[in-house]
Amino acid sequence: MQDFVQHLINGISLGSIYALIALGYTMVYGILKMINFAHSDVYMVGAFAAYYVARWMGIDAQPGIGTLILLLCVSMVFCSILGLLIERLAYRPLRNSPKLNILITAIGVSLLLEYGGQVVFGADPKVFPEVMKDFVIFSAGGIELKSFDVTVLIVSILAMLGLQFLIYKTKIGKAMRAVSSNPGVASLMGVNPDRVIAFTFVVGSALAGVGSVLVGMKYPKIDPLMGMMIGLKAFVAAVLGGIGSVGGAVIGALIMGLSEEMVVAYLSSTYRDALAFGILIVILIFKPAGILGKYSVEKV
Amino acid sequence: MKRLLLSLVLVLPLLAGCTKKDNVITIGEYDSMSGSDATFGLSSNKGVRLAFDEINAAGGIKGKKVDLKMMDDQGKNEEAASAVTRLITSNKVVAIIGGVASGRSKASAPIAQSHKVPFVSPASTNPDVTKVGDYVFRVCFIDPFQGLVMAKFASENLKVKKAAVLRDVKNDYSVGLADVFVQEFKKRGGEIVTDLSYQAGDIDFKAQLTQIRSKNPDAIYVPGYYTEVGLIAQQARQLGIKAPLLGGDGWDSDKLSEIGKEAINGNYYSNHYTTESTDPAVTEFIKKFKAKYNETPDALAALGYDAAKILAAAIERAPDLSGQAIRDELAKTKDFAGVTGKITLNENRDAVKSAVVIQVDGKNRKFITTITP
Repeated sequence: MQDFVQHLINGISLGSIYALIALGYTMVYGILKMINFAHSDVYMVGAFAAYYVARWMGIDAQPGIGTLILLLCVSMVFCSILGLLIERLAYRPLRNSPKLNILITAIGVSLLLEYGGQVVFGADPKVFPEVMKDFVIFSAGGIELKSFDVTVLIVSILAMLGLQFLIYKTKIGKAMRAVSSNPGVASLMGVNPDRVIAFTFVVGSALAGVGSVLVGMKYPKIDPLMGMMIGLKAFVAAVLGGIGSVGGAVIGALIMGLSEEMVVAYLSSTYRDALAFGILIVILIFKPAGILGKYSVEKV
Repeated sequence: MKRLLLSLVLVLPLLAGCTKKDNVITIGEYDSMSGSDATFGLSSNKGVRLAFDEINAAGGIKGKKVDLKMMDDQGKNEEAASAVTRLITSNKVVAIIGGVASGRSKASAPIAQSHKVPFVSPASTNPDVTKVGDYVFRVCFIDPFQGLVMAKFASENLKVKKAAVLRDVKNDYSVGLADVFVQEFKKRGGEIVTDLSYQAGDIDFKAQLTQIRSKNPDAIYVPGYYTEVGLIAQQARQLGIKAPLLGGDGWDSDKLSEIGKEAINGNYYSNHYTTESTDPAVTEFIKKFKAKYNETPDALAALGYDAAKILAAAIERAPDLSGQAIRDELAKTKDFAGVTGKITLNENRDAVKSAVVIQVDGKNRKFITTITP
């Protein structure tokens, strides 16, 4: 029983990390109906930006709340700029091309960042600065709840609530929904789709930046290929929850994290990655729209 | 198609003609200069370069300068195979100093074997590597020995009764060490309470560690590479596991303590040599290495250095530069006073020598004991 509760905590903590990244996939998909495969590599660049700034400022050995906030800001700013650039240079010129072209471009941008990252940052793993001290919040009968696990969960739920608020309660959110349902008509109504889409990329990439600092804090090893697996898992989580749905991304991510943890705990770690993609296949067969997604006919 | 063939026929002799140089001996080296275990390749290459620079400064081999051709395999098996092919076919190397990782040596050594080019691996410890053929050698001990060393150390020195194993299933090296450890540890009356696995590239090991915690072992054998081991150590301590971690030479990197921070301190691993040795061969090597690179050599650097020196000695003794002649001389290597100990290559082309057990203490590596075969 004690072990089971510990596995539960570990799984939710892993799932909340997937959630932060899944939110980025789901947002861009919700507005543009495209899968931004470069999202997980924006996250990687965010981690490296935080790493280099921390070293340059000499704060890589001063854990504290100030360091956390500073690195979050740095990473969010870098990721937003990179997201904007990618949108501007790679996706916008293809806005009116077939969906497949944009999808393949996204994969191209992703590979460019991954292998370009190996050239620029070097391929050997770097050690992320110590952002905060991890301490026990709650402990009973050998079960421990650590501050990192709680922080990550709270941040991803806050991010989800913030996004819901942004999309349903603000003017720009209204514009986003308008562009999402029909960009042509939206522009006739005085919405500038280019600006709305650019804004979507800024918000999505900033979330990736938050994710990268929190992951770096929990698993202090970063390398240029770090986005690959986590990005795929987060993508599966977004599809599982219903891609395009903000709440769905978080639910899907928590399910992913928990089932991975339970598979490793009660079956074998060899099945860990197989499970993620098994889930994807099963979902696509039986409920293609995902848990919270709405089914609609898609023209590709 | 016809035109392509014709142009190939015309171009090939030209290519072959222009790579031939008479006053140099071209030796090839491939290793992971990038990729997730790049520090292994970078270190090993530093050792090799130091050795050949010394040899060249002293007049070279047979009066000819050594020209080292370096290829990067990016930590991938298929790249290693293509690097070796390129070294042999386009650079016309007389011998190859092979990779550090066993999986990659297994992928590339058969190519050297089929071209009859001697292949010397500095640190591929998997037993199957030299079984590829009679042109494949290594200057390090093999996995069964490292597994045995740790099983012996755990039961005799640490008095461990119950041990857990956490192995990297994707990695031949890790699986090899773990298998032998389990076998030897049981033979010595110990009990393996659980045997779990992870995969290189994972970052979360809490599920396995939570299971290990419930079995309450006296020690955990984690024969993986430093990148994951650092994270495993941290997460183990976060879960409140106090049992020491034990490992093999895959731990040997400065990054281990950078990633593992204080969690990795106090844990033990088996290795090829220790910087605390007072052997003049070792102190001399460390001094020269520090002078050239301004850092302390790790075991991979020492092995790279030994591999280069043993290969150079064999080429010097060989009557000519044919693969056959060099191979025959390599096979005769006996009691070579290397940095990593007295090296004799046995009939399986494996080095026979002792291992040391080292305790991690921040950036320092405390020498604990020497264990002989």
